[in-house]
Amino acid sequence: MMVLPIPDGNTQNTATSALDVHGLTVEFPTRRGVLTAIDDVSMQIAPGEILGVVGESGAGKSITGLAVLGLLEHPGRIAGGAIHVGGRRVDTLSEAELTKVRGREMGAIFQDPLTALNPLFSVGKQLVETIRLHSDMNRAAANARALELLRNVGIPAPEERLRQYPHQFSGGMRQRVVIALALAAGPRLIIADEPTTALDVSIQAQITALLRKLCDETGVGIMLVTHDMGVIAETADRVCVMYSGRVVESGPVADVIHNPQHPYTRGLMSAIPSLHDRVETLAQIDGSMPRLNARPSGCAFHPRCPHAGPRCSAETPPLVKVDTTSAACWLQQGGTQ
Amino acid sequence: MNTHIPALTVSDVSKVFDVSAPWLNRLIERRPKLFVKAVSEVSFTIEKGTCFSIVGESGCGKSTVARLVTGLYTTTSGDISFGTGRTGRPIRVQMIFQDPHSSLNPRWRVGDIIAEPIREMKLRDDVKQTDARVRELLETVGLGADDALRYPHEFSGGQRQRISIARALASEPELLVCDEPTSALDVSVQAQILNLMRHLQDELGLTYLFISHNLSVVRHMSDYIAVMYLGRIVEQAPVEHLFTAPRHPYSKLLLATIPDIENPRRRIDAQAGEPPSPLNPPSGCAFHPRCPIAMDKCRKAIPELLATEGQARVACHAVTDP
Ligand SMILES: Nc1ncnc2c1ncn2[C@@H]1O[C@H](COP(=O)(O)OP(=O)(O)OP(=O)(O)O)[C@@H](O)[C@H]1O
Ligand SMILES: Nc1ncnc2c1ncn2[C@@H]1O[C@H](COP(=O)(O)OP(=O)(O)OP(=O)(O)O)[C@@H](O)[C@H]1O
Ligand code: SF4
Ligand code: SF4
Ligand SMILES: [Mg+2]
Ligand SMILES: [Mg+2]
Repeated sequence: MMVLPIPDGNTQNTATSALDVHGLTVEFPTRRGVLTAIDDVSMQIAPGEILGVVGESGAGKSITGLAVLGLLEHPGRIAGGAIHVGGRRVDTLSEAELTKVRGREMGAIFQDPLTALNPLFSVGKQLVETIRLHSDMNRAAANARALELLRNVGIPAPEERLRQYPHQFSGGMRQRVVIALALAAGPRLIIADEPTTALDVSIQAQITALLRKLCDETGVGIMLVTHDMGVIAETADRVCVMYSGRVVESGPVADVIHNPQHPYTRGLMSAIPSLHDRVETLAQIDGSMPRLNARPSGCAFHPRCPHAGPRCSAETPPLVKVDTTSAACWLQQGGTQ
Repeated sequence: MNTHIPALTVSDVSKVFDVSAPWLNRLIERRPKLFVKAVSEVSFTIEKGTCFSIVGESGCGKSTVARLVTGLYTTTSGDISFGTGRTGRPIRVQMIFQDPHSSLNPRWRVGDIIAEPIREMKLRDDVKQTDARVRELLETVGLGADDALRYPHEFSGGQRQRISIARALASEPELLVCDEPTSALDVSVQAQILNLMRHLQDELGLTYLFISHNLSVVRHMSDYIAVMYLGRIVEQAPVEHLFTAPRHPYSKLLLATIPDIENPRRRIDAQAGEPPSPLNPPSGCAFHPRCPIAMDKCRKAIPELLATEGQARVACHAVTDP
């Protein structure tokens, strides 16, 4: 098995990670040229670990998840790098092989639970079909497993619920069903893209607590994409901050939140309104993220960065380890001059 | 701040939606008519120059209140009245919606989108003055005058929300109703929009009715907060009071479930229950199936919203009639 150095400075055997993305590049060829949406992104998720992914809208969070799932929409394509799920390389698989691996090794939870469920079939039928597709269980065994899954995701009276249709569930309950479906084949990795954005605060807390519990109990690795730093702080082990198609900082969640290294992460953290004290004006990062066809040279954050120096527009800083976290910024790598 | 001059008074307002199946289906399937009581007997006043926020779970009636205030829905009963504006006429209202993508016409240039209400209401005399006003509005919201010639798809989510704010300001409103104005945005863009809204409030003396499910945003923006549950206001208090001393069990639950980056590993009671169906609301206090301190009385009588200490009002038997 291949052993790759990862930017955190550790080396980790690809076979032991739930997810190992190395040097991923995703492009969108358009009439006016090729747009690079993801540029040399690396991240790893250990079994039983939740990796939070945050960053400005359009930074490439969802595209990264879709590339891992092999669900990039045409004309998007993986132009470089390697993706391993549970030690198996998935970015080079054929469509048919990928379909199998996707159901068995990877699950997906998206923002809107209704799009993931078929309104015409009962929840039980959808669960049983998914289980049988990826295992050799007979109908009775698959039924028992479906019941167990619904119970695990905290749905009361699962026997009756199996017979019901998606529209008979509330938003929070539907998202639980989607989580049960994602777990049906016992995957090693779940990609959860804004799984709680459409839900109420009180239900949101239940769903994130559930993800945490499932992770601890089943050892599944989860990539959790969200705008909500509170959710990340509460559920993730590590966090990865993206800006304009690149990872600019990654590390243990408490360190990134309380001691951010990259100027963009610092801006992001101070822009969050506090629950504890009120300020007149929130700290804000002036300007907006560059468009893909006009990405600045060097560090893409330099036009907005209060610390930018001449080196920042000339050379792209690599992601290197500083204490416990890794940051891609010249400030920690010999200065910006 | 001009205190005690109401910009908006909502008295005892209710809104019922008929959600029955079509008449013929009802006849064939022998189903009764179905009604959703989206808003029940809601009353509040917003003083000029202040920000009044409504929080609560999805489906509790927040957007319905916003739409009643802006006249997009008519009330089933009750009364909504506006204070007197700068020109001596009733205060004008405008609304900012959650989704800046769908609320801007993609085929119009930004300049025309903003100019439309000015032309419609004949607020400027000629084309030249209208153009000047559009440029001024774009600058007010932090965009450039030449952005008037571009189309909405050329802007980011945060910039589009600025365009919607410019359009809302074009009709010179004094009360802005903002329904989840930053929910679709990431935190750094959210900070830009919230700062802009605060700045406009100081500059133009605007009054806000603000709706959000993000409680840290609400705390940042508001002077006064109303908590709604299943169509009713269950607690209403000055912002600091509500955050430091919530009295209603639902307000307490809501505050306890906010993810907090400063205190992440607190215990979440994951079994806090599900919101009930508005088609078939529980008897008495609608919160009783989820309430940890529900009593017999709670299943029978709807608690009234009564004044407690420090300008707060609470609708809970355990608080007002223990
Ligand atoms: N089909 C496409 N053609 C061209 N560019 C695309 C396409 N799909 C996505 N992109 C671009 O790829 C970039 C990354 O998009 P992505 O959806 O991953 O953002 P995100 O980080 O998930 O943002 P959000 O927080 O808004 O969901 C964006 O700049 C987007 O415009
Ligand atoms: N036009 C309508 N016709 C029928 N029912 C409606 C209509 N608009 C709202 N409702 C119902 O009224 C109730 C209150 O809805 P409302 O949109 O006000 O909730 P909300 O508090 O804004 O929720 P959210 O946080 O999800 O936006 C819901 O049960 C909803 O289904
Ligand atoms: S590399 Fe330079 S511009 Fe980029 S974040 Fe660091 S200091 Fe700022
Ligand atoms: S009235 Fe009763 S059920 Fe309702 S919140 Fe108060 S104690 Fe709980
Ligand atoms: Mg996304
Ligand atoms: Mg709403």
